[in-house]
Amino acid sequence: MPISPLFNQLFSRSPVAPMQEHMKVASQAAAEIKGYLDAVIDGDWVLAKTLGDHIVKLEDDADDMKRKIRLSLPRSLFMPVSRSDLLELLHAQDRIPNLAKDIVGLTIGRRMVIPAELAPAMRELVEWAVKPATVALEALNELDELITTGFSGKEVDLVSAMISRLDDVEHEADIKQRILTDQLFAMEKSLDPVDVMFFYRVIDWIGDLADKSQTVGNRMLYLIAR
Amino acid sequence: MGVIEDYGSTLLLLAILFGFFMAWGVGANDVANAMGTSVGSKAITIKQAILIAMVFEFAGAYLAGGEVTSTIRKGIVDPSLLANSPELLVYGMMASLLAAGTWLLVASIYGWPVSTTHSIVGAIVGFAAVGISPDAVQWGKVGEIVSSWVVSPVIAGTFAFVISLSIRRFIFGAPDAYVAAKRYLPVYLFFVGYMMSMVTLTKGLKHVGLHLSFEESLMYSVVVALFIVGLGVIGLSRIKRVTRSDQLDLVNVEKIFAVMMVFTACSMAFAHGSNDVANAIGPLAAVNSIIESGGVVGAKAATPSWILLLGGGGIVAGLALYGYRVIQTIGTHITELTPSSGFAAELAAATTVVVASGASLPISTTHTLVGAVLGVGLARGISALNLRVVGTIFVSWLVTLPAGAGLSILFFFLFKGIFGVG
Repeated sequence: MPISPLFNQLFSRSPVAPMQEHMKVASQAAAEIKGYLDAVIDGDWVLAKTLGDHIVKLEDDADDMKRKIRLSLPRSLFMPVSRSDLLELLHAQDRIPNLAKDIVGLTIGRRMVIPAELAPAMRELVEWAVKPATVALEALNELDELITTGFSGKEVDLVSAMISRLDDVEHEADIKQRILTDQLFAMEKSLDPVDVMFFYRVIDWIGDLADKSQTVGNRMLYLIAR
Repeated sequence: MGVIEDYGSTLLLLAILFGFFMAWGVGANDVANAMGTSVGSKAITIKQAILIAMVFEFAGAYLAGGEVTSTIRKGIVDPSLLANSPELLVYGMMASLLAAGTWLLVASIYGWPVSTTHSIVGAIVGFAAVGISPDAVQWGKVGEIVSSWVVSPVIAGTFAFVISLSIRRFIFGAPDAYVAAKRYLPVYLFFVGYMMSMVTLTKGLKHVGLHLSFEESLMYSVVVALFIVGLGVIGLSRIKRVTRSDQLDLVNVEKIFAVMMVFTACSMAFAHGSNDVANAIGPLAAVNSIIESGGVVGAKAATPSWILLLGGGGIVAGLALYGYRVIQTIGTHITELTPSSGFAAELAAATTVVVASGASLPISTTHTLVGAVLGVGLARGISALNLRVVGTIFVSWLVTLPAGAGLSILFFFLFKGIFGVG
């Protein structure tokens, strides 16, 4: 006899765990950018290619997961958070691996050579730019606990604290980005103009990694604040 | 009176068979819904759920099942119209049992969520209105029952909502949720224990021959409730805080709720037994009273204990043989329910059902529990609920009532044809 009791139909699969899985992949893609750019700075294109390929694969996986989550969120679902807020959060999460993939594409495509004078500031920026993604993942991992406690009490304080730490890290990354662009500006006349143009762009994108991670934190605040 | 005298024992035997079949169906299907939430939130294992269900379904049926049984037995059909043809009432009740049981079986095969309560009430109203005469139905009482079907999930939902908010306020909102949980949860236990024993003592124990005044019931209920609180405190004292880090402390709190859910699972099984066993044995009791008295309709005798025992036994048999698998299906499916939300939902549903049992109203335990779960959801306690279920319930209502009625009309005329009119 096929059995389909009413309760099986009542409880839908929670989107929380898949969202956390997605963010895990997203933050991994961000984290791997660090090793990848190290290889680029060192001019080791063989290693860079391997690491870059893996980042592209992570982006693919994240896309897949995103699609599945979207399909599993019909309007008839009744959730403690608004459906559109959740989809916005997912969108924000998905920007992170997309950026990582873009960074890989641009640097490999142009075989971008980082001037030795800029390398220290570049490494510094990368290190700070990938940190917020880890903090965002930490915050997102509290999403199920937030639901358990009904978005109240200590749990909210805990997550709010994480998100304000996220803001601090992002701010630090901003500072590192300014330092690097200042250095680039000072020497841009001595470099090939086209290289400089794309160089500015890749610096922007690296900084964006931190930015988008911060957006994830902000979207989480929307969920909490309903 | 010829039929009753000629075929009395055959008819009674058949009625017992049908009643047992129906009770079996209740045990196989309905109990699973009552226990599934506990298993799903990992508060208890399936084996424990079966054991709890066996003991407390039986206790609920035997100790507090009398009121609803008498509603099914003599509340829906007006016996005065049938004084001269008691065999019609016997046929009708047998037809109702067979109809509801058959419908339950068909529904299980196709996986439709139907309520045993709705099938049996539909069946009784059906044979009475068509087989006898529309005047034979006590429409006032039927109206009361039907409106209770709407009201009970709403009340359970409201109740669950309030309980969720109070848990949030007093426990999760506290500076130390773990300490707060240990301090406040026994209060909830007292409340459950008190409600259960109050309803049982004031309404249920008449057939055991125990008559207590209101004050005595009140006193004994407090004693029983305190005893349950004591058990709870012992259970809680065995829970130790594993980790103390801020982030993992919730695990400890949920463990406490898991212990509490053993108690709510017991009360859920008790409540279910007190209300739903009547669906199987109410008609049987009616048949028995007519045949025992040699054809007198509406004899004053209380529902005999052996019938309550038979109902309890049937439920246990269904549960042991088949309900196991249904609980397993539900339990493995509901992985999103945390012990704290399950606690709130079961507490609300069990209380609502027991109060309905005390008020002699046959309601659907499953629908009440769904209402309670939605109430917890409204309080932002469950991560994803499928609202289409509300539509499914509505459709199952629309189908079950006429289906139960139609089948019982069919069987009624069948029995009338076989045994004749005396």
